[in-house]
Amino acid sequence: MTVLQIAALAAVAIGGTAVVVAPNPLKQTLVLSVYGMSLTALFFVFQAPDVALSEIVISTVGLPVMILLALRKVRQNERQGEREEEQ
Amino acid sequence: MSRRARLVMFGLAGAGFGVVLVLGLAGLPAFGDYKGVYGNVINGIGVTERRATDLVTALNFDFRAFDTLGEEFILFTSVLGVVLILRQMRGEQDRPSQREAEEHSFAGASAALRALSLVLIPMLLALGVYVVVHGALTPGGGFQGGVILAAGPLAVFLAGRYLRMKTVAPTIVEELGDAIGAAGYALVGLGGLVFAGVFFKNFLPLGIPGHLLSAGQLPLASIAVGLEVSGAFLVAFSEFLDQALVVRSGPGGS
Repeated sequence: MTVLQIAALAAVAIGGTAVVVAPNPLKQTLVLSVYGMSLTALFFVFQAPDVALSEIVISTVGLPVMILLALRKVRQNERQGEREEEQ
Repeated sequence: MSRRARLVMFGLAGAGFGVVLVLGLAGLPAFGDYKGVYGNVINGIGVTERRATDLVTALNFDFRAFDTLGEEFILFTSVLGVVLILRQMRGEQDRPSQREAEEHSFAGASAALRALSLVLIPMLLALGVYVVVHGALTPGGGFQGGVILAAGPLAVFLAGRYLRMKTVAPTIVEELGDAIGAAGYALVGLGGLVFAGVFFKNFLPLGIPGHLLSAGQLPLASIAVGLEVSGAFLVAFSEFLDQALVVRSGPGGS
């Protein structure tokens, strides 16, 4: 195993833990996309560039946007619920 | 359950998992120590029989093209499900939410973010097209390139112009791309059935390895899948964006 591979494995281990311990879903989403970048590096140094290409777009663009939009919708509903309670 | 009991349970389960994991990892073959036959066969015949230099694409769109047909329709069906669940109810009307737009930080996106998005859009589109059409030559292909293509219009949204994104990529174009791509890939398979006698058997001239138009049906299949994947992602993104940024009012609306 090369130094690059060990570094990528370590980055994935640290990144995965960071996603779990992130305090709230919003911050978690941002940490998740950084974690996705480390996964991309892992796939690349383990000679799977095809998988790395998919992972980089999905993890940095696709997944965070979907989660952020879902979070926004949840917050909208919560705010609407509060407003209805006030009335 | 008390905190103590939960910790004891976690400790036991964690220790058990750790033991199994270490035992399993100790038995793994070394990195690069491949014992299978299939991979070596593909490596041997990929260039000589299919003239493709990226064997992952050759595997996806030729050797196991039928699997890919199923996978492609999994994506198609799941996006169809999203559209069906988040559909506009009869009598509902869309209007951009003024209050939400004001609150939404994207609407006041900074000049730097807008400039960056503007630079990103052509780069993303060019990279997406490149990855799609070079599927048979270099790592990449329809799936990867399709997602990169879909990220292009999404950058318009990053620039704080959600409703402009609908002008750049209207829903009907997204849906057409999704449907034509899915049907196009199935048609490549049917072409094999009609012209070569077997579903998904190559029926196009193979060409010279390394040339853009080589490897028979691979570029065609790659373009079809790229169209389908980018359409599917854009349809899904648009539906999600509609949910978050547009107010629906009407009899069935909330």
